[in-house]
Amino acid sequence: MATIAIPGQIGEAAEERFRTCPDTGLHVHAKAETLIRVNLITAVTFLGIGGLLGLLVALTRWQAVHLLPAEMFYMVLTAHGAAVLLFWIMFFEVALFYFTSAVVLRSRLATPNIAWLAYALMLIGALTATVAVLQGRSSVMFTSYVPLQAEPHFYIGLILFAVGMLITCFIFLGTLVIAKDEGTYEGSVPLATFGGLTGVIIMIFTLASGAIILIPTLLWSVGIIGHIDPLTYKLVWWGMGHSSQQVNVTMHVVVWYTIAALLLGARPLSEKVSRSAFLLYILFLQLASAHHLLVEPGISSTWKIFNTSYAMYLAVLGSMIHGMSVPGAIEAAQRRLGHTKGIFGWLREAPWGNPAFAALMLSLVMFGFLGGISGVILGTEQINILMHNTLYVPGHFHATVVSGTTLAFMGVTYLLIPIFFRRDIVFPKIAQWQPYVFAIGTAGIALFMMGAGTLGVSRRHWDITFTDALITFDYPATAFFMLGLNGLSAIIATVGGAMYVIVVVASIVWGKRRTEEDAKTNPIAPGAAVLAQYGGEDTFKLPGTIVLVSVFFIAFALYYFINWRFLAGIWPMS
Amino acid sequence: MVERIGAVSQDEPAAGAAERDERPPFMQRLLDNPFLLLFIGVTVPTVLYLIWGILEIAQIPLSPS
Amino acid sequence: MALLPPKNRLWWNEPLHRMEAIWISIAFVWGLLMFFVMIWWHINGNQNMSNESYRIQPDVFADRTEAFIQAYQVGADDFGTPIVRPPAGSDVYLAARLWDFYPILELVEGETYRVRISSLDWQHGFSLQPTNINLQIHPGIEMVITLTPNETGAFGIVCNEFCGIGHHLMVGRINVIDRETAALAAATSVAGEQ
Repeated sequence: MATIAIPGQIGEAAEERFRTCPDTGLHVHAKAETLIRVNLITAVTFLGIGGLLGLLVALTRWQAVHLLPAEMFYMVLTAHGAAVLLFWIMFFEVALFYFTSAVVLRSRLATPNIAWLAYALMLIGALTATVAVLQGRSSVMFTSYVPLQAEPHFYIGLILFAVGMLITCFIFLGTLVIAKDEGTYEGSVPLATFGGLTGVIIMIFTLASGAIILIPTLLWSVGIIGHIDPLTYKLVWWGMGHSSQQVNVTMHVVVWYTIAALLLGARPLSEKVSRSAFLLYILFLQLASAHHLLVEPGISSTWKIFNTSYAMYLAVLGSMIHGMSVPGAIEAAQRRLGHTKGIFGWLREAPWGNPAFAALMLSLVMFGFLGGISGVILGTEQINILMHNTLYVPGHFHATVVSGTTLAFMGVTYLLIPIFFRRDIVFPKIAQWQPYVFAIGTAGIALFMMGAGTLGVSRRHWDITFTDALITFDYPATAFFMLGLNGLSAIIATVGGAMYVIVVVASIVWGKRRTEEDAKTNPIAPGAAVLAQYGGEDTFKLPGTIVLVSVFFIAFALYYFINWRFLAGIWPMS
Repeated sequence: MVERIGAVSQDEPAAGAAERDERPPFMQRLLDNPFLLLFIGVTVPTVLYLIWGILEIAQIPLSPS
Repeated sequence: MALLPPKNRLWWNEPLHRMEAIWISIAFVWGLLMFFVMIWWHINGNQNMSNESYRIQPDVFADRTEAFIQAYQVGADDFGTPIVRPPAGSDVYLAARLWDFYPILELVEGETYRVRISSLDWQHGFSLQPTNINLQIHPGIEMVITLTPNETGAFGIVCNEFCGIGHHLMVGRINVIDRETAALAAATSVAGEQ
């Protein structure tokens, strides 16, 4: 291994312990590494718990099975949302924030002790909120809309969790300052760090909105404040609730770039274009919180149209840019490696047996085709009338945060374990199939929920046969069929999720320790070796990517106009 | 011995002194400034989404009797 | 490589590739088109959100709903929920509360009504099925929406906003009858009153 002069090792930083990763050449700060490990383990634990809760939800909505009684269903649904949407994803994002700041910049992490404090706050907060929900008197759903009231410690838990996350964001920013001051890099920060910064910025707006609304709600729950306006609550709450999903989008885009770089040595097609796409996220992505307020009374269509469209769809433009530049970077890298046959030879000869690559591609395709398109359609002011609060909504966001974010995070885990735990992945066959199994399951969940939602089926509903209701109504038989298929898909996804958790836990505990020799004979990041020099792509013959984005665009436009046709059929209203 | 991530980019940029001294274009300076980005990234949604939204909600008229 | 600083110190000055420029242009124009379609539909489309809503105390809304029922009630269902047939073009009241919609409405196909919807307690959802119109109902705010039923039949109103343990029991009804049936019913009820 080449010895490397570390520009950062001067003065105070010299006391810090670093090691050079033999697999990637990354210069890893020991304290940052420990924090990354602990946050990863915590995240995966919550994924295991939350995933099982999700299975219970799907099996209850499968009317033929109808597993849980009503009260428990609403409790489990609340707990499922918190465990996976908040705790799994956000603990993982803490690890990614430390990775994209300290590790990628080859710097020491700012204030590691305070990072431990942040971790403790997040863990205590997550456990407190979980306990509150499981006690049964805080079944208020993920959204906890007032006047629905949870117990005070539910809000306290969320607030502590948010404070921990906010501290993490400042540690990220502090690390940027340290790295610049200590000259650990030259010029501009790497794209992954810039993406991490984008995530951190959106996260700070997210947490600010959360503080504005959750602190008064806590005071209301203990009786200090008498009244909270439900509509104002909802507006501000979604500033948090939706923006946090935008952090997820940002971070899984970062993960896409990272996996492609490590495996194939892929370079962004152009720094300028990729960073501008992230800038569009910083500016406009958060406005889409309006997606949840499109059929509310009391807010004008002017506000709705401007905000729901992310100011004329400028953030969608950002996503469409990433949607081209990520596959484009992969195609360019593959062609450089000699896979030049025809339009799709680069794709056929890609490392599909590598779970990190498979997860990247499946996440990219499913996020784009299922999550992205459905999100824009759902967020069209008038079309939302067809879909608001139907199962279409969870269908959409399972495509984004499960098929998209969760799958991408799973993929990068197969690289993070060898890098940060210095262990080989055990059960390579299980790992190899895991992304496919999980992807099939989650694609089913997303599609069948969207299908049932298109037929009008309500979300968050225990019994759509309305057995005990005074007035009843019959949803079409197809809807029940869809919910059955959704249940089956959830079982497949659970198997895929379990495969992931088993591989991760087993690898951390029993995985063979990686040596410097392994890095040469059995490299986990061959892309890092390919890249002796870094820069944007020069030659630009990417016919495969052109075909892919064209197919995407046609699907997008067709589905968009089909939904306007559906809308034109319902009762005229104004 | 292959060169890996940590080993590269020390000899970059290879360009001459002229480029080294040239001030980066405005957009690049913006994108290289995390705290400016943080400021606009929080301000834009605060103004367009939160403040505008709350103003709308505050202006809902009372139902005429 | 996304994990390394850009090679080119002045990376912003690198030229845009043609393929990137084309794709960005397409995406930008598509975004503008989607944006203006929403505005165009407000002018030319028939399905739009109402921009008329008011602050109202839940008890005031309950009183007005009661008065509306008194004026136009034509019967009641098996459980005593009033069935109300308001005149075409009139203001129609629909109250959502834990856990029902009140009253049952009987509307005439092709006629237009100003439906005033509000909640008396928590947030609820108004999911009119199978036509598939989904609206949010807030306590303290009255949404005024102009509705024109375009098909006859019995329509369910499903609450699709979680509102506590009885949420899945909360279903309402709108019956839509055609003009002939309505005229006949009106004649019978006038005859009955005489």
